[in-house]
Amino acid sequence: MALARMILQRLLWVLPVAFGVVTITFFAARVLGGDPTELYAPPEATDELRAQIRAQLGLADPLWKQYLAYLAALARFDFGTSFTTGESVGADLSARLPATLELGLVGLVIGILAGIPLGVLAAVNRERWPDFLVRGVTLSGMALPQFWIGLVLISIFFVQLRLLPGPVGRLPIGVAPPPPVTGFLLLDAAFAGDWVLWRMAAMQLVLPGVTLGLTTLATVARVTRAAMVEALQSDYIRTAIAMGHGRGMVWFRYGLRNALLPVVTLLGGVAGHIFGGAVLLESIFGWPGLGQYALQAIDHSDFAALQGFVLYASLLYVLAFLLVDILYLLIDPRMRA
Amino acid sequence: MTVPLLRVDGLGGAFRRRDGGLTPVLHDVSFALQPGCITAVVGETGSGKSLTALTILGLQPSAFVRRSGRILFAGQDLLALPPSAMRAVRGRRISMVFQDARAALNPVFSVGAQLADVHRLQHGGSARAAWDAAVEALRRVRIPEAERRARQYPHEFSGGMAQRAMIAMAALVCTPALLILDEPTTGLDVTIQSDIMELIVELCRDRGLTACLITHDLGVVAESCEEVVVMNAGRVVETGTTEAIFTRPQQPYTRRLLAASRLDAAAA
Repeated sequence: MALARMILQRLLWVLPVAFGVVTITFFAARVLGGDPTELYAPPEATDELRAQIRAQLGLADPLWKQYLAYLAALARFDFGTSFTTGESVGADLSARLPATLELGLVGLVIGILAGIPLGVLAAVNRERWPDFLVRGVTLSGMALPQFWIGLVLISIFFVQLRLLPGPVGRLPIGVAPPPPVTGFLLLDAAFAGDWVLWRMAAMQLVLPGVTLGLTTLATVARVTRAAMVEALQSDYIRTAIAMGHGRGMVWFRYGLRNALLPVVTLLGGVAGHIFGGAVLLESIFGWPGLGQYALQAIDHSDFAALQGFVLYASLLYVLAFLLVDILYLLIDPRMRA
Repeated sequence: MTVPLLRVDGLGGAFRRRDGGLTPVLHDVSFALQPGCITAVVGETGSGKSLTALTILGLQPSAFVRRSGRILFAGQDLLALPPSAMRAVRGRRISMVFQDARAALNPVFSVGAQLADVHRLQHGGSARAAWDAAVEALRRVRIPEAERRARQYPHEFSGGMAQRAMIAMAALVCTPALLILDEPTTGLDVTIQSDIMELIVELCRDRGLTACLITHDLGVVAESCEEVVVMNAGRVVETGTTEAIFTRPQQPYTRRLLAASRLDAAAA
């Protein structure tokens, strides 16, 4: 019951968050972004032509009128029309979201499945060589820029070794995607029973997925280690040992369950960040996701697209943190009071 | 005198400081626990009594460096046992009750689940049987509505109730020969303190348990213990029967300790 109420409360919070985000991006984009008319008008355009273009782009009205019109459209779930693609922003974002989600999930799963065990390994071997090794990995994963890691992986596994396909997006050039059902290529290819296509899509995912996974696992391992070290020094762990429990039980049942709380908090932020589109990563790998779309929107002062993206990303953040709070309740009984 | 169940023999050691140097904390600590007796180890904070107790189970802080001594239990030196053999001693042969029971229980598992885990570890059997044994143990330590309480979490327990649950885990779910109690009543209300001590004494008598009670409360000692070990500054000052220690203390430190506790009692 408490859970249902909390979820409802959180979902209601979406409204003020969305309003604030929309308002800030609307004005910030216009103040900082410059006048897109210049991008669309030919250099020799007359003032009349410029005014015409401005009106076409919906920029002729005073700012407050534009703002109210935008809000009114949003209330009807109309995100406006992109200057660059000419499509509705809502449709654009929905088309790109699966690409970002598919890559993001792969990165997140790698980060969790590798990061948590590495963190535990470091914590239970504190100040011994496994700890130093893990600390080296996490430090480099956090210090090295993601795009740099991506480029190095490309140069090793694609350019040098030719083991993995090049950074040309979700499928090799010239290969048609499977009939869209979910937008996730791996799922859609499986639905279509096209395993050759499935394999191609999976191979394309490896390098960007591993790049994203490496940076994710670095932070996950670091936080897991710290939380686990603290848990292992607690009174309840001493009790578990005194009662004769073996190491596996002490570490993974009695220790890790307590250490997971900060890890889950971290994952909320990481997931929000990843699903909001890893801009540079998507650029490097030619990944047609939200990040690339946002970059393009900024490049072209494409206001509606930019606002739509920021709104989408912030909603994904809110959802990620809602999920965190639900996980909290499942992990820690003290939160259920 | 009979053969002692456990004998601490010449235990000495030091804490490793951050700068790598050693601060001696235990000096030639020797005493014996007679089977079926409750032996008190008394002394002020910092006298080394808790450290000695933790060392018996191999739970001493990692900064503690042992430099001498043996701990003989059933003919074996516990300090020389390999980790796997030590694990078989913990809970099964020697069990321990800690000071702050609410912190000593795991916050994210129900109290019943923690007792059931220990039951399955020590006695095997099905999850269902382990749960029933856990509830039964809680009932034996007179926790009201044991079935409902077993499903609750440590933060829903009062300090006294949590200590009862801890005792149920250490002395009933585990079936040890030796029970070590490290300041089991410290931090509890006075009336709760005497309830808990009564429970401990009753369980020890019923089950013929040998107990080692670490405490700084001499009032508790006089009522419940047969033997007393007085420690001060990492050394054993005096040992003897409770009667001898209370009526004919030989050492000036013991006399000072007794005088202080009498003043305490008079003031209360």
